Amino acid sequence: MRHLLSTRDLSRDEAIELLDIAEDMADVQLREVKKLPTLRGRTVVNLFFEDSTRTKVSFEAAAKRLSADVISFSAKGSSVSKGESLKDTAQTLAAIGADAVVIRHGSSGAPLVLAQSGWIDAGVLNAGDGTHEHPTQALLDAFTLRRRIHGSASRGRGLDGVRVTIVGDILHSRVARSNVWLLSTLGAEVNLVAPPTLLPVDLANWPVSVGYDLDDAIDAQPDAVMMLRIQLERMHAAFFPNSREYSRAWGLDDERFARLRADSIVMHPGPMNRGLEISSRAADSPQSSVLEQVANGVSVRMAALYLLLSGEKGE
Amino acid sequence: MAESYLIRGASLADGTTSDILLDGGIIAEVGTGLSAAGARVVDADGLIALPGLVDLHTHLREPGYEQSETILTGTRAAAAGGFTAVFAMANTAPVADTAGVVEQELALGDAAGYATVQPIGAVTVGLQGERLAELGAMARSRANVRVFSDDGFCVSDALLMRRALEYVKAFDGVIAQHAQDPRLTQGAQMNEGALSGELGLAGWPAVAEEAIIARDVLLAEHVGSRLHICHVSTAGSVDVIRWAKARGIQVTAEVTPHHLLLTEDLISGYDARFKVNPPLRRREDVEAVRAALADGTIDIVATDHAPHPSESKECEWDAAANGMVGLESALSVVHASVVENGLLDWTDVSRVLSQTPARIGRIRGHGEAIAVGAAPEIVLYDPSASRSWGTADLAGRSVNSPYLGRTLPGRVVATFHHGYATVLDGAVLETAEIAAAAREARA
Repeated sequence: MRHLLSTRDLSRDEAIELLDIAEDMADVQLREVKKLPTLRGRTVVNLFFEDSTRTKVSFEAAAKRLSADVISFSAKGSSVSKGESLKDTAQTLAAIGADAVVIRHGSSGAPLVLAQSGWIDAGVLNAGDGTHEHPTQALLDAFTLRRRIHGSASRGRGLDGVRVTIVGDILHSRVARSNVWLLSTLGAEVNLVAPPTLLPVDLANWPVSVGYDLDDAIDAQPDAVMMLRIQLERMHAAFFPNSREYSRAWGLDDERFARLRADSIVMHPGPMNRGLEISSRAADSPQSSVLEQVANGVSVRMAALYLLLSGEKGE
Repeated sequence: MAESYLIRGASLADGTTSDILLDGGIIAEVGTGLSAAGARVVDADGLIALPGLVDLHTHLREPGYEQSETILTGTRAAAAGGFTAVFAMANTAPVADTAGVVEQELALGDAAGYATVQPIGAVTVGLQGERLAELGAMARSRANVRVFSDDGFCVSDALLMRRALEYVKAFDGVIAQHAQDPRLTQGAQMNEGALSGELGLAGWPAVAEEAIIARDVLLAEHVGSRLHICHVSTAGSVDVIRWAKARGIQVTAEVTPHHLLLTEDLISGYDARFKVNPPLRRREDVEAVRAALADGTIDIVATDHAPHPSESKECEWDAAANGMVGLESALSVVHASVVENGLLDWTDVSRVLSQTPARIGRIRGHGEAIAVGAAPEIVLYDPSASRSWGTADLAGRSVNSPYLGRTLPGRVVATFHHGYATVLDGAVLETAEIAAAAREARA
């Protein structure tokens, strides 16, 4: 794999291969010595134009456990925030000798622009771009679902027939987009639930069903419910009236949680707004996979870095 | 003594073949077998002669943004594209909102000599949308401004728009509206639809254009004024304008070459060369604006030539500037989008790219049919040529063309302005030579 930019262009075989490698990486995490020598001497740059402690730490851990040298480059307080262009930053990293660039950027498409620019020869790994995609998040979600459902028999399998309901701000969510493509590629049935204002105007090309009513979606007994973080500033742009109304209509509260099947999985990419889109009882229940998702994130990102850096260049 | 030119054997738009003699500051003779005595002969066998093209919507960037374009470089691009007159949009720095700025632009255009530069005046002071600029002073200045526009910004305040429409009636002016509801397009990055949702780019809904056009045609009707709609890009806008014209409202409309040819799916790779305002739209919209140009609902093609330096395009999508250069490629793109498929013939092309824009802009000495006594503004176009578009085909300062690497039909072989050549054998003539010819023509 030359780059990992989106789940949209991952084939089923590619996705399953990556998830299977992540299983191997997860096995390593159970050992006393968690470190592999695989990427010794390779340099991974974490280039974060947006704040994200969780994703950055996860990528750092993944790269270090593969013995790569890690350079973290935050936009805040650096020359990037003083108007240095993506091009200049990329050329600087190329001069430093980066083998892979993990990029988080507020502008949709920035990782693709970087990958196609010719400014840098390194593999590019999208760690979240604007409201476009966040492929490793979707891969860790798929990994988590697969482990919950298939356990130790996960290797080689997809998510065929698994019914996943994604709830919340679909319009602005790169997590939702990446999950829609990946989960459906893996055979899952994806249902989106959101206020109409927080859905893209035309979803005809998306492999999903869409509803506005969370209670209907809960009553359909999905295998997993993925709650998205709602950003409160959205209400100032008239996407919804206020947090109380949002929570009443689209929050996974105790009552809705209680109506889910006992083996329904409750997911959240974090960080959570407890009491807004998800109740503490749901978040902290055994059905919740929130902390597994974090742990699995490291395994999945190890797999992605491994595939990026062990593959042939220039394919 | 200015050089005279005998254009030998050109095809006129109506299909007839004729010689054309440019002499003494006019088209002196039109006919077959004209004598070449004393004139420089230009072989136009197989070439179409059209009246010099007139662009009602050009960004020349001077004063203020000379790193993108100057009046000299922009009019070189115009000449390369067969244009002999360009209307210069007001979003310069300082903004063209006073008589002083528009007179300066006029003078710089005259001195350069590649094309007539007709300044457009800002509707509001500093394009701020708050109070009217000195429209009358600009109209009565040497620049003789008749077109007023805040292009780049919409005159979104309904009362201000009404007043502007009313006020310019005093001097037969027209308000050219950039129809874009600012609230509906906050942060907008591309046409809102299936693709914007997929790419995660903030949507620019068609209704943000259509709602302003609907409001403005009704305002124009109410006050009995002339309204011009810049760069119409959606099928819904076409419907509104068609309705307004049927009702007798004095509205005219333009479409850009790029909205006649390109669709939003080019944006999939986040290549900022395709970022433009209004955004590229759906295939259905392209079909609608083509049909509207053919049936007269849309009156003219105007380039919206918008040069930007490379750093404004070599970057992530959100950070990139809106706009494309378009003067050099306009005729070829019109050829590719509406002539090759038979929607327009060459008479129609001379109407939509020369006669009607000159009439809307009330500019003299341009847009006249090729006939004895008419202004010697002519372009010779080779319709059988074909070329892979490259930066060598661009003659302005910036290279943000969406057509680079694309094959386009046709080629401008020669352009004549004020009776002298600005382009010969497909090459733009030297700056000093043109400036001297312009001085001579003025003398």
